[in-house]
Amino acid sequence: MTVEDLKELAEQEQERQRQFTHRIFYCSAAGCASCGSSGVRNALLKALKEKGIEKEVSAVGTGCMGLCGEGPLVRIAPDGTMYQHVDEAVAQKIVDRHILNGEKVSENLVDTSSPFFSSQFKIVLENCGSIDSENINEYIAAEGYASLAKVVTEMAPGEVIDEIRKSGLRGRGGAGYPTGLKWGIVRKAASEQKYVVCNADEGDPGAFMDRSVLEGDPHRVLEGMAIAGYSVGANQGYIYVRAEYPLAIERLRLAIKHAEKQGLLGNRIFESGFNFRIDLRIGAGAFVCGEETALIRSIEGKRGRPRPRPPYPAERGLWGSPTLINNVETFANIAPIIRRGSAWFAGIGTPKSAGTKVFALAGKIRNTGLIEVPMGIPLRRIIFDIGGGTPEGTEFKAAQTGGPSGGCIPTEHLDLPVDYESLTTVGSFMGSGGLIVMDSTSKMVEVAKYFMDFCVDESCGKCIPCRVGTVQLYNLLDKISRGEGTVDDLALLQELGTMVKETSLCGLGQGAPNPIFSTLRFFRQEYESLLRPVEGFVASPNAQKTTTNA
Amino acid sequence: MAILTLTIDGEQVSGKDDESILEIARQHGIHIPTLCYIDGLAAVGSCRLCLVEIEGSPKLAPACTTKPQEGMVVRTATERLQRHRRMIVELLASEGNHQCAVCVVNNHCELQNLAYDVGLTYVRFPYLFPKKTLDASHKDFIIDRNRCVLCTRCLRVCYEVEGAHVWDVAGRGINCEIISGLNQPWGDSDTCTSCGKCVLVCPTGALIEKGEAVAEMEKKTDFLRFIVTARKKKEWINMDSDEE
Repeated sequence: MTVEDLKELAEQEQERQRQFTHRIFYCSAAGCASCGSSGVRNALLKALKEKGIEKEVSAVGTGCMGLCGEGPLVRIAPDGTMYQHVDEAVAQKIVDRHILNGEKVSENLVDTSSPFFSSQFKIVLENCGSIDSENINEYIAAEGYASLAKVVTEMAPGEVIDEIRKSGLRGRGGAGYPTGLKWGIVRKAASEQKYVVCNADEGDPGAFMDRSVLEGDPHRVLEGMAIAGYSVGANQGYIYVRAEYPLAIERLRLAIKHAEKQGLLGNRIFESGFNFRIDLRIGAGAFVCGEETALIRSIEGKRGRPRPRPPYPAERGLWGSPTLINNVETFANIAPIIRRGSAWFAGIGTPKSAGTKVFALAGKIRNTGLIEVPMGIPLRRIIFDIGGGTPEGTEFKAAQTGGPSGGCIPTEHLDLPVDYESLTTVGSFMGSGGLIVMDSTSKMVEVAKYFMDFCVDESCGKCIPCRVGTVQLYNLLDKISRGEGTVDDLALLQELGTMVKETSLCGLGQGAPNPIFSTLRFFRQEYESLLRPVEGFVASPNAQKTTTNA
Repeated sequence: MAILTLTIDGEQVSGKDDESILEIARQHGIHIPTLCYIDGLAAVGSCRLCLVEIEGSPKLAPACTTKPQEGMVVRTATERLQRHRRMIVELLASEGNHQCAVCVVNNHCELQNLAYDVGLTYVRFPYLFPKKTLDASHKDFIIDRNRCVLCTRCLRVCYEVEGAHVWDVAGRGINCEIISGLNQPWGDSDTCTSCGKCVLVCPTGALIEKGEAVAEMEKKTDFLRFIVTARKKKEWINMDSDEE
């Protein structure tokens, strides 16, 4: 494949799509698939065939359209009408009324002018919901692989890295390490063999951003990885994806196969000397395997346990070779940056946190779903404009970001801009993008207990603070939540939490006490109201300390 | 290889750039408590007892896996570190079924010494009393998982020095356990050479010789330094030397 071939392919596909008077997109991602979108597809195909218009109107399975709580979703092109709660009967109505008579099916209509849509800004999800994720030509028609072509044929690896650095893109896995800097380190590492790894081991409770990208636009991730491979000097990539994402795995397999067939992966890409292959590695679902050193060991076929850093994977990674590890969403940002330039990307979001962030909105919120917003947007707008606020009759209490290593953000900080630095100032952190909303019915001690239970379950058991510390933290939380804890237990909870945070080997243990500290910071009275008064003589050696600290 | 100068606990010391901070500290008589670390085996940094403060770094670093840098300022015994160490041993005490009075290594136990060392006089956490198994199927040795602290010394000595890899870890988190072979009785393991190295490096009474009564067994770890030095440097060191 040459650059000209790619352009021709894109034009052919655009021409093919123009043949249709209407294109009916139905969401075939996991959320809508679980509430019956395959039935919708069958009903659409049947209806089109019955009316004899299957040549003029096509039904296309796409990735996530965002409003997951109202699925299955269907969108009609070119007019952009969207329908919710579509079942087989509604599908029939859409064909009969909308397609044939130009009359909208008002009872299932989604208001696409609502803030849920208008407040979003899509880069990563630009194709999600508007292309057939199983058809490489549709991705190519949407300017897909043009960035890879440009990079391989026109740019030196150093120039690519410079472009990424100037864009201000930071790691979307949570920690926000500057992506260009990381690429530069791997490029500089002296080694015959280097690797590029895509971390798709998304495991935070309530998070489904990476899954949605992989299901809706897998080629975008492959393209980002190939560009990374070219830039750092790697010829092999791995996508580490968890087994709980069967649809994402299936689509990735298909995408790799199609890309190889077109010569977009493999040897001599765009007839250059650049070779790059991508293989899948399926994780068994251990949360700790999202930690990069554990992930590396898991790919190597060993037990997924972290090791102390340094050395960082950029220096010593897979099988001892320098390895670039980025998250799905980070790779998904690469092609648009190359295509539209670093200045364009740097202009979105805030000076320190450029671009957008995808969030999975879940919990006590009206519009559950997948959203993409510019960095720096106030939390209030995400929750009340896009999310539509909490369900009727309840009040917003807090939003949890950063999953089990993150923290909650209460009402008084609703105007906080959502970017890497601001979230840290209130004791939370960006994380991979799970955003769980809690309302007045949520009990914060229970929230902390829930996340600690998760960490107890997911601790690998290698280091003592995390292995035993999380269990004892859970025991203390349980005791307090049952109304049996005393002021000493609360002090011990904080002391142990500090110790687990400061001494654990990897991010899982270091972050595990964060939900406790965060809920204590903003909702201390909920803990204190559950404490049992200490009766009689206090013999605990903690007594002195507690009274002075409290 | 380069020689570097650094400061540990206010003392100027020198070390090679391929040594760990722990090794350099020990050469200069600075004591840092350890449990999973043993001279001669790969350091894994899992017990977190040897964590030290490094000036300019917000995070604590395990001395056993951290390499020195020129001008580095290291503190090994601040109040915070001592508090953390005491709590780590406290957690260990609550995790297993450690009954010193009826243990064959009583008074010769690294865990016990560690508890004295860090000043652990009471345990504030509820004992977890896990249900653990004891395997006496091997003709010479016993593994009593009640006393295991999961330091993985047995695993590493078997894999790195004996080359048999009989031991490994099964399970996750608090349910982790050392298993032999494919989780079969030790006596049925095809790979075990009965060399006994695991028993000698085990810091507690989890791996013991048969036929020893309470407080009778003393572990000897010197042999490891002897073998490793002989293999790496082709020289025989004097086993009777009383270093460390």
